[in-house]
Amino acid sequence: MEENKDLISEELPEVDQVDAAVATESEDVHGENLSDRVRMLSPGQLVAKRFFRSKLSVIGLVTLVILFLFSFVGPLLPGFSEWVDGGAPVVDRNPENIKATVFLDALEYVQVTVDEEGNIVYGETIYAYNLMGTDNLVNKYGDMNSTHWLGTDETGRDIFTNLMLGGRVSLTIGFVVIFLEALIGVILGGIAGYFGGWVDNLIMRIVDILSCIPTIPIMLILSQMLESWNILDIRKLYFLMAILTLLGWTGIARMVRGQILSLREQEFMLAAKCSGLSTFRKIFKHLLPNVMPQLIVQMTMGLGSIILTEATLGFLGIGVPLGTPTWGAMINSVRNMYTLQYFPNFWIPPGICITLAILAFNFVGDGLRDAFDPKMKR
Amino acid sequence: MVKYIIKRLLLAVLILFSVSVIMYILVRNIDLNALWDIAGAGNLASGQDAEEKFQAVAEAYGYGDNSFLGIIKGYFSWLGNFLQGDMGTSITYKQPVEDVISKNMGISFTISLVSLILQLIIAIPLGIKCAVNQYGKLDYVATFLTMIGISFPTFFAASLAIRVFSVEFGWFPVSGIQSGNLISPTWWEEFKDKVWHMTLPIIVLVVLSIGSWSRYTRTNTLEVLNADYIRTARAKGLSERSVVYKHVFRNSLIPLVTVLAGTLPTLFGGAMITETMFSIPGIGKLAYDAMIDGDIPFIMGYNMFLAMLTVIGILLTDIMYAVVDPRVKLA
Repeated sequence: MEENKDLISEELPEVDQVDAAVATESEDVHGENLSDRVRMLSPGQLVAKRFFRSKLSVIGLVTLVILFLFSFVGPLLPGFSEWVDGGAPVVDRNPENIKATVFLDALEYVQVTVDEEGNIVYGETIYAYNLMGTDNLVNKYGDMNSTHWLGTDETGRDIFTNLMLGGRVSLTIGFVVIFLEALIGVILGGIAGYFGGWVDNLIMRIVDILSCIPTIPIMLILSQMLESWNILDIRKLYFLMAILTLLGWTGIARMVRGQILSLREQEFMLAAKCSGLSTFRKIFKHLLPNVMPQLIVQMTMGLGSIILTEATLGFLGIGVPLGTPTWGAMINSVRNMYTLQYFPNFWIPPGICITLAILAFNFVGDGLRDAFDPKMKR
Repeated sequence: MVKYIIKRLLLAVLILFSVSVIMYILVRNIDLNALWDIAGAGNLASGQDAEEKFQAVAEAYGYGDNSFLGIIKGYFSWLGNFLQGDMGTSITYKQPVEDVISKNMGISFTISLVSLILQLIIAIPLGIKCAVNQYGKLDYVATFLTMIGISFPTFFAASLAIRVFSVEFGWFPVSGIQSGNLISPTWWEEFKDKVWHMTLPIIVLVVLSIGSWSRYTRTNTLEVLNADYIRTARAKGLSERSVVYKHVFRNSLIPLVTVLAGTLPTLFGGAMITETMFSIPGIGKLAYDAMIDGDIPFIMGYNMFLAMLTVIGILLTDIMYAVVDPRVKLA
């Protein structure tokens, strides 16, 4: 299992290879080489072939591509770009857009429209109360229409564009954190597994301590801490990434250490030692490539869980700088009963986005694991 | 074995000590809203006055000195009390922390236990069925659905459930653990009322967790199905039924039992998000509120409680390996 690459290349010959081999035998007379007829598949190609054979992994991959285009290209498209200014959402103050809008002030809803002269016409009252003062000309709680596909939120920002911007935050955090985690995890896990002894002991005890710290409580505490230090802007995101990385690298380190412990006892490592290779070369050329399959699978799955954690923190209202839309923070609006009941367009779309992203990463991770596994016969 | 356990317990003490140091230093740096409330009560003066009042209150609670030395001193006095079994008095709840935890653990424990049992009852047969019919229709459908269950964020699923089943259909209460309109209820009415309130949170927890259990069971069962003794069982002519339910089923439970030991923190520690969403006054919601309030004794107490459960859970997992599977020797 550890030596995936070697095993994969020795695996059952593909059907076309067999056919070709049979064909070559009879045509050898004509002076054709075997290599002209047989399509050789590198281990990577074999994995790719198996990966694309599974429908679920392809669905996952396509979903991911769509989510990426949605988040990173979407806000640049005409129609959406007007609600974005330098990566931040824009409040819709255009009086022409304020049509059949529902205003809300804690307990009250009033349908309003703007007539030709720009005057506000009050419509049917759903919950009577008083209207707000000067801020009325912001298109808050806007209906879904062709200008705002999913309406506008409680501050008058376009929800559909917010979704795209939120996706940027979630996906960026996910990728940055997972790469940092992998970096720390591979280095420390590799050192622990390769050298053993007191180094191993020390690193693994740190791993033990970190994995005993409950994630959500510590994030709550850290977020409170940042608040008391008055760090509320974009720096909060960097802190969030740093903390997620610090708490999250232990899983990868454990896996890498376990793999290296079993790999270093194998014959090819003895061969490497006998050929007098340097430690550096032994680790980076011979051990780490063998850990790659498991590492890639764990990173893909980890991406899903980081996005989930980030969304949970956003939902709890922590870890997200003010004014930056993130998927989790957008769902936070359900904690207001009125939003929960009357404005499903506020929180169902981001919920679907989070679920889709996690689902897609899980599908791809699952597909990769099966594709890398030489024991799989399908 | 005994030597191994003693070694692990000593290690656990070291881990808990480090966790408490990290926690305490962080906790001392948060806003103490609870103390601000106490300082603000009865005097609404702003500016310098309020600051002074707060400082006095903080001083009285022993959190006045926020310098490095002050925090170290505070930590050792906390540690001293903790080692004597005194976790301090919660600022918000005005009761000893251990009392608050033990009093409110019941609800969380009930919800977690019931949902864990339901999860296992549904997930284990499902996982085995999927493994036996690997790549069959059932396997694909179940894989797809369980994956969706795994990917659903708790808070989103809970919001959807509340919106659909509580608000739209009105089948379940929106929040809380008790109806307000019960006048001198009999114990049966009270029990019925509690069950009614707990149903939706339990359903949410079960639906979201079936996936991981059934996938785990499926993987284990597949591994067992490939084992030599299953081939032997088939070769000696046992019926498929008896192969699956006698030989495969029992052996696929081995890893499950060990993982079960690791669920200890979830069982006793409360489901923070679910409880907050449904406003159930379990230990998870209390802890959440305490962290927002900056109730230092309770935060420390709760987190140490969780950390202890985690450490014990991991230790139990390892011991269970040896207990369930005689081939495993602990070193």
